[in-house]
Amino acid sequence: MSETLARPLKVLAAMSGGVDSAVAAARAAEAGHDVTGVHLALSANPKSFRTGARGCCTIEDSHDARRAADVIGIPFYVWDLAERFREDVVEDFVAEYAAGRTPNPCLRCNEKIKFAALLDKALALGFDAVCTGHYAQVVTRPDGSRELHRAADMAKDQSYVLGVLDDRQLAHALFPLGDTRTTKEQIREEAAARGLFVAKKPDSHDICFIADGDTQGFLAKRLGTAEGDIVDQDGTKLGTHSGAYGFTIGQRKGLRLGDPAGDGRPRYVLDISPVDNTVTVGPAAALDVVGLTAVRPRWCGTAPAGPGTYTAQLRAHGGETAVTAEPVGQDELRVAFAEPVRGVAPGQAVVLYDGTRVVGSATIAATERATAPAQPASSVS
Amino acid sequence: MDQGAYFDHAATTPMLPEAVEAMTAQLTVTGNASSLHAAGRRARRTVEEGREKLAAALGARPSEVVFTGGGTESDNLAVKGLYWARHDADPRRVRVLASPVEHHAVLDAVQWLADHAGATVEWLAVDAYGRVLPEVLRAAIEREPGDVALVTVMWANNETGTVMPVAGLAAVAAEHGIPMHADAVQAVGQLDVDFGASGLAAMTVTGHKIGGPYGIGALLLGRDYAPVPLLHGGGQERDVRSGTLDVPAIAAFAVAADLAVAGRADFARDVGALRDRVISVVRSVVPDAVLGGDPVDRLPANAHFAFPGCEGDSLLLLLDAAGVQCSTGSACTAGVAQPSHVLLASGVDPDLARGTLRFSLGHTSTKAEVDALEAALGPAVERARAAGLT
Repeated sequence: MSETLARPLKVLAAMSGGVDSAVAAARAAEAGHDVTGVHLALSANPKSFRTGARGCCTIEDSHDARRAADVIGIPFYVWDLAERFREDVVEDFVAEYAAGRTPNPCLRCNEKIKFAALLDKALALGFDAVCTGHYAQVVTRPDGSRELHRAADMAKDQSYVLGVLDDRQLAHALFPLGDTRTTKEQIREEAAARGLFVAKKPDSHDICFIADGDTQGFLAKRLGTAEGDIVDQDGTKLGTHSGAYGFTIGQRKGLRLGDPAGDGRPRYVLDISPVDNTVTVGPAAALDVVGLTAVRPRWCGTAPAGPGTYTAQLRAHGGETAVTAEPVGQDELRVAFAEPVRGVAPGQAVVLYDGTRVVGSATIAATERATAPAQPASSVS
Repeated sequence: MDQGAYFDHAATTPMLPEAVEAMTAQLTVTGNASSLHAAGRRARRTVEEGREKLAAALGARPSEVVFTGGGTESDNLAVKGLYWARHDADPRRVRVLASPVEHHAVLDAVQWLADHAGATVEWLAVDAYGRVLPEVLRAAIEREPGDVALVTVMWANNETGTVMPVAGLAAVAAEHGIPMHADAVQAVGQLDVDFGASGLAAMTVTGHKIGGPYGIGALLLGRDYAPVPLLHGGGQERDVRSGTLDVPAIAAFAVAADLAVAGRADFARDVGALRDRVISVVRSVVPDAVLGGDPVDRLPANAHFAFPGCEGDSLLLLLDAAGVQCSTGSACTAGVAQPSHVLLASGVDPDLARGTLRFSLGHTSTKAEVDALEAALGPAVERARAAGLT
């Protein structure tokens, strides 16, 4: 384990009811830590999330987590963080879509719930660390400071959704799965060998608070279905939609435009304007972005003093791209790409890496296109 | 097995050795009490002896004992079954008068009648100790006596330990010919519970709260009442509760009830003294802790406290880690603790109601356990306060 056991810690293991967090808790206990399991009740009305749900929040998941804790032989409790989750994650998610951005609620949950509300309560109750089933590594430097690194197994790396953690949060984080190169199959085998019956439980994929996976339906209920125009770069109306929030920059499917583009090439979402409820589409080339501005930077350690070269990840499961990045004041980050990239969506996080080390992250606010999109016809004089 | 300091006897209490003996003896004997052959007759005799023993312990006639699968079933049978029967006999009877501090087995059964059977629920006001006063019941009935289907008020509260004036309430109901049910699962063995003298139409008792086994209970049911069954089948138990009788559990339940009732005075004195010690320990360690329920007229084995500024969940976790096992006393939804409905109904501040602990003692409680609580409580409250209310 990367977390060498200098001394046994009092560890609070967040247990979702899934296989990863169960194995993480079991490994922490086996390593000699004094582990207590906790399941976070994040839905104010668990029953309503029950049918078909695979993520967190269901009564079944709570039961599964309890069952795993019993087998591991650790105390187990359910903590109700539904109100905080609603305020900090669900409402933020809705507000971001309403503003034409594409949020990542898992990242927000790690920042505001698991490593804030949960961690703070854990520390107050005398725990030393919070343990989760994330795939990432915390490395302790000789001077005692902490670094967050990508998981040993890049294919499962989840450091992107943990990029929001600062060094204080990292000082109390334990990720027992991050340093082993195991396939999901091996994790399941390990769970089975440990007698954890969640070994065969299906993975959770989608957003946990949207149990049926219908994000558009969820947003429609919250934000309405006011019809708006889909236009091309010249402002020519190509079709209609029932809510600009239903689109993500770079999206190709689901535009439902009858006529193909003049050149027969596919069209992509280039811009979302919630103010006039308009979605602009165009060719793939128009998606090319050469730089971006991001806000609310969070640094794992001290903020860089000036420009630096890094690799950046721009969405969960996204690849790496070479960048130059520079903090502007306390609250802004400017990023320039070595090569144009496509499909950069405001609202997502840009996470900067130095090799495998996470340097920091920020929320993408605006992008700089390689070719400035043509102005809508109405505003051309 | 070392259980640590166990202060959750109101959840379940260890079986009495005599009950274990009675149960294990019967587990090796074959016989369906409904069968006509020798094995059946032997089983039938064990059941009827158990029935007589239980009836004698609780001031009932043997024919008034209907064995069930436990307290929850008895409560549901009484509340729903009596409602259905009374409503069938006179469709005007739609009103259910219930205390708002009932156990969920009553609370949710009553609410179900309102949601699915056209009942109108009237939650009776309680005083600051969570007690329903007879004049409150009288006023509620006399508003329209003809439309009341039944009254249900527990004998003693499972969270705060407050004792209800059951006989006084039953007398008011009886004046109007309205059947009253009481959940007495916490009262048996701690209070003088006499079904015949109480004036109740129906009363719930259960095995595992008094040193008997899990999964066995009874509804004591006046002979004039024929609730509509929840379970239809072979017609056992006056045709009110079908199902093959659990002979070993009935034998053990009866032994436990007999011993619990016979030992009640000693229990109240000895366990009551330990309970008083718990109260004084809590008050000296945490001077601002607030005792819940009636300070005098309460179950002798119950101590219930609210700890200002603490989350009950946090206290539970910290005490458990220190080997002291107790309960927040309130019900859970998917394991999530809710502020106690009992305290909220009694007018306690909602924040205070989130920080409650119930310490319930029993026949195995010792002074050493109270000492363990004394040692663990101070640090736990200090930490829980630091964690605050989230």
